[in-house]
Amino acid sequence: MAVYALYGVAALLALAPIAVALSMSSRASSVIYGASLIVTFALGLIGLKSLFVPAASIAALPLGVPWLGAHFRIDALAAFFIIVVNLGGASASLFALGYGRHEETPERVLPFYPIYLAAMNLVVLADDAFSFLVSWEFMSLTSWALVIAHHRDRENMRAGYVYLLMASFGTLALLLAFGLLAGNNGNYVFDAIRATHPATALSAMVLILVLVGAGSKAGIVPLHAWLPLAHPAAPSHVSALMSGVMTKVAVYGFVRIIFDLLGPPAWWWSMAVLAVGGITAVMGVLYALMQHDLKRLLAYHTVENIGIIYIGLGLALAFKAQGMAVAAALALTAGLFHVFNHSVFKSLLFFGAGSVLNATGERDMEHLGGLIHRMPQTAFVFLVGCVAISALPPLNGFVSEWLTFQAILLSPQLPSWGLKLLVPAVGALLALSAALAAACFVKAFGVTFLGRPRTPAAADARETDSNSLAAMFALAALCFVAGILPGIFIDALAPVTHALLGVSMPHQSGLNWLTIVPIAESRSSYNGLLVFIFVTLSGSIAAFAIHRLASDKLRRGPAWDCGYPDISPATQYTASSFAQPIRRVYGTAVFRVREIGEMPPPGSISPARLTVELRDLIWDALYAPVADAIGFATERINILQFLTIRRYLSLVFAALVFLLLVLAIWS
Amino acid sequence: MVLTRDFFFQAGQMLLVLLLSPLLTGFVRKVKARLLRREGPPLLQPYRDLTRLTRKEVVLAQNASWLFRVTPYIIFAGTWVAAALVPTFRSGLLFSWTADLIAIIALLGSARFFLALAGLDIGTSFGGIGASREVMIASLAEPAMLMIIFTLALIAGSTQLSAMAAFMLSSQVGLRVSLGLALLALIMVAIAENARIPVDNPATHLELTMVHEAMVLEYSGRHLALIDLTSELKLLLYVSLISCLFVPWGIAAPGAGAQSIAIGVATYVAKLAAGGVLLALFETTIAKMRVFRVPEFLGVALMLGLLAALLRFVSGSL
Repeated sequence: MAVYALYGVAALLALAPIAVALSMSSRASSVIYGASLIVTFALGLIGLKSLFVPAASIAALPLGVPWLGAHFRIDALAAFFIIVVNLGGASASLFALGYGRHEETPERVLPFYPIYLAAMNLVVLADDAFSFLVSWEFMSLTSWALVIAHHRDRENMRAGYVYLLMASFGTLALLLAFGLLAGNNGNYVFDAIRATHPATALSAMVLILVLVGAGSKAGIVPLHAWLPLAHPAAPSHVSALMSGVMTKVAVYGFVRIIFDLLGPPAWWWSMAVLAVGGITAVMGVLYALMQHDLKRLLAYHTVENIGIIYIGLGLALAFKAQGMAVAAALALTAGLFHVFNHSVFKSLLFFGAGSVLNATGERDMEHLGGLIHRMPQTAFVFLVGCVAISALPPLNGFVSEWLTFQAILLSPQLPSWGLKLLVPAVGALLALSAALAAACFVKAFGVTFLGRPRTPAAADARETDSNSLAAMFALAALCFVAGILPGIFIDALAPVTHALLGVSMPHQSGLNWLTIVPIAESRSSYNGLLVFIFVTLSGSIAAFAIHRLASDKLRRGPAWDCGYPDISPATQYTASSFAQPIRRVYGTAVFRVREIGEMPPPGSISPARLTVELRDLIWDALYAPVADAIGFATERINILQFLTIRRYLSLVFAALVFLLLVLAIWS
Repeated sequence: MVLTRDFFFQAGQMLLVLLLSPLLTGFVRKVKARLLRREGPPLLQPYRDLTRLTRKEVVLAQNASWLFRVTPYIIFAGTWVAAALVPTFRSGLLFSWTADLIAIIALLGSARFFLALAGLDIGTSFGGIGASREVMIASLAEPAMLMIIFTLALIAGSTQLSAMAAFMLSSQVGLRVSLGLALLALIMVAIAENARIPVDNPATHLELTMVHEAMVLEYSGRHLALIDLTSELKLLLYVSLISCLFVPWGIAAPGAGAQSIAIGVATYVAKLAAGGVLLALFETTIAKMRVFRVPEFLGVALMLGLLAALLRFVSGSL
C-alpha cells in the first residue's frame, strides 16, 4: 500500500511542471485541479483500505542522505491522517474547479498547489526523521508561496513574512527534538527510535520541543500569531487546506512523536498539554469573537478547535501514564474524531467564505448581509457548517465534544493531585469555549447571510458555481452522517487507538439503534440518529397540526420593529455591535478593551464617535519584545556589512583560531 | 407487550409535558398576581392565548427568509424532545437512553442558536439587541450548567438522567456540600435560561432591558404561538429537571404498577406547583437587574458550579 501511496504522491509532484508548462493556457486550472481531485481521491481510498489492515506497509527509496535512505510506512495512524489529508485535498480540488476560474494570477497558485498536497501526504507517510523534516519544510514553503500568491496586498506580504519566521522556528524545534530522539548513534529511522527510550529528562525536553514545534504549526496559543494572518491571506481553497488539513498534519506530528516514538509518558506531561489545550480553546474563540473579517474569524476558530483536540490528547496522555488504557482510548478517540470533524466543517466554512468573497469581493462582514436571499444554497451549507462547529446536536461537532466530556468525567480516578485540580478547570474552559463558539457563529452567519444587505456588492451577489456547491454539499452531508451515525466513525478509529495504546473503545456499530455507549449503558449513551428523527418528526407533527387545524394564512408586510422600522440598513446590528456584550464581559480582562465615546459639543453638527481599542496582550508581551530585540541586535551587527577586506580576513582568521581552540579543549 | 406499554408511557410523557406547560406558566402568573394583591388572569389564559394566536394570520416582514419561517418549528421540536427525555412521573422511559443530560442541554443550545439567528434575520435593531444579549447570557449559563452536570454526574456515576434520579433516591447520596452548591447554581441558571426576573422580564415589551421578547419581536400568529409554547415548555423542563435531580421522590421506577404511576403523576404535579409558587415568590421579592449585572449573576453560578465540581474531584465524600 505504501508503494501505491508513493505513486500517488509522485503523480501530484508531476503536476507541478505541467502547471508551469500550461501556465499560459486558459484550461490550466481545470486540468490541475481535476487531476489533483482524482489523485487525492485515490490516495484517500488507499488510506481507507490500509486503515483496516493490521500490518503496516513499508517502502524505502534510495533518496536523501546516502547512509539513511528514505523510509515510508502506512500504519493505522498514518492511514487515518492520509484519509483526513486527502478528503480535504479532494474537496478543495473539487471546490477549486469552480473557484479557481476566478483566480487573477493562476500561475502563482497552480504549480504550488499539487506540491503542497504531496508534501502533506509525505509528512504522514514518512518513516524516518530526515524524510519527515524535509516533507515538513516542503509543506511550509509551498503553503508560504500560496499565502503570498496575491503579493500586491501589503497585508499578505506581512502575513507571509510572519508565517515564514514562525515556520522556520517550528521546524528548528522539531529538528532539535529529532536530534534528541536519535541519540548519540544517530538512529533517524523511526523503528530504531521506537526501540530506544531516552532518559526522563531528555524525554521531557523532547515533549517541550515537540509541543513548540508541532504546536506552532497547529496554532496553539501563544504560538498562534501567524495563523490568523496567513490562513485568510491565501486563496480560499488553500485557506481551507491550511486550516482544515495542515493543522491536522501538525497534530499528526505531535501524536506520532509523543504517543508512538517517545516511549511511556510521565504523568505530568499531560498537565502541560491540557493547560495548553484549555487556554488555546478559550483564547482562540475570544479572538474570533472580536473579528469582523469572515476568513480571519474562521482562522481563529481553527485555533480554538486545535485547543479542543489537544485537550483530548492531553487526557489520553494522562490516562496512558496511569495505565488506564480504556479511558485513554476514549480520550484519544475523542481527540482524533475531532480532528476528522474539524477538517470537514472547517473546509466547508472556508469554502463558504470563499464563495461569498467571490460573489461580493468582500471578506468584511460589516459590508455583507442578506446573502441568504441571493445565495440560498451557499447559505444552507454554511449554516450546516456553523451548527456543526458550534458543537450542537445532531451534527458531528457535538459528538466529539461529548466524547471529550465523557473522558473528563472519568478523570477523578486519576491519582495525581495536580490533574485532579487541573482537569475540572480544563473542563470549564472547554464548556466555555463551546458556548462562545455558538455565540460567534450566530454572529458570523447572522451578520453575513441574514438581515438586509449593507452594501450594493452584497445586494447584487450571485449564487456560486455548481462545482463549488458540489464540494460544499458533499462536506455538509458528511457533517450529517458523522453526527447521526458516529458509531461507524468511532469503530473506524479503533485500529488507531489499538496501535497506540494496545486497546480501543468498545465496538459500537452492533448496538441497538446505532447508539454510542463509550463505557457502559448505565453511565452514558447518545443516539444522534434517534435525536435527529425525533426532532424532525415532532417538528413535522407541529407543522402538520398547525397548518391543518389552525390558520395557514400568511401576509407579507413591512417589518414591525415596534412601530419604528429603520429605513437604512446601516441601523442593523453589525458584527462588532453584536459582540459588544461579550466584549464587555470578557474583553476588559483579556484584551484590555477601552471604549471611547466622543460626543460633539451642543450645537455642533459633527457626528458622535465611538472608538474601541483592543490590545493583543500576547503579541505585546511575547512577540513585540522579541522583534524589538532582533531589530536592536541587527542594527548593532549591521556595521559588519561595511568592513574592509583586511578586517574581514582577520575576522575569518580569529574564527578559525577560536574553532581550533574549541576542538583542542574538547578532546 | 412490554414494548407497547413502554411506548405508551413515552408518548404519555410527551403529551403530558405539552399539555401541562401552559398551565404552569398560567399558574405562576396567577400566583404572582395574587402576591401583588391583583386578581390576575385566569389559570387557563395561556391556552386561550395560544389558540387565539394559531387562528390569526401570520404577518411576515418582506425580507424574512426561509430560516425565519422554519425556526419556530425547529426550536419547538428541539425543546419538546428535550422535555420528553427528562424523567417526570416515571424513570427509565423507552427512549431515555437516546440522549443523556449533556445532550439534552446541548439540544436546548441548538434551539437557542436558531432563535438567535431568527432574531437577526429581519435586520432590525431590536432583533439584534435581543440576539446579542441572549448569546452573551448563554455563553455564561451553558458552562455553568455543564459544571453542574459534571458535579452531579460524578456523584451519581452517570450522565443518564434516569440513572441519576435512581441514585439520588438511594441512600448512598447523603448530604454533600457539592450537591448544595450545584442546586444553588442550577436554580440561578434556570432563572437565566427561562428569561425570568431578575435576568429578564417575561412580561415586558418595548423596554431596552428586554432580551427574549426583543428577539422574537417580529413573530406573529402561529409562529408566535409556537415560540410562546416553547418558552413554556422550557420552564416546565427546568422545573422537572430540578425536581428529578434534587427531589426525586415519587417518580415511578421502570416496571412499576398502575398505583405507583398514579403516585408518580400526582407527585409530579405537586412538584410543579411547588416550583411555580417558589418561582413566583422569588420573582415578586426581587427587582430586575441591569443587563450588565447579569454576567456577575451568572459568573457566581459558574463559580459555584466549578467549586462544586472541584470539591467532587478532590474528595469522594464532599
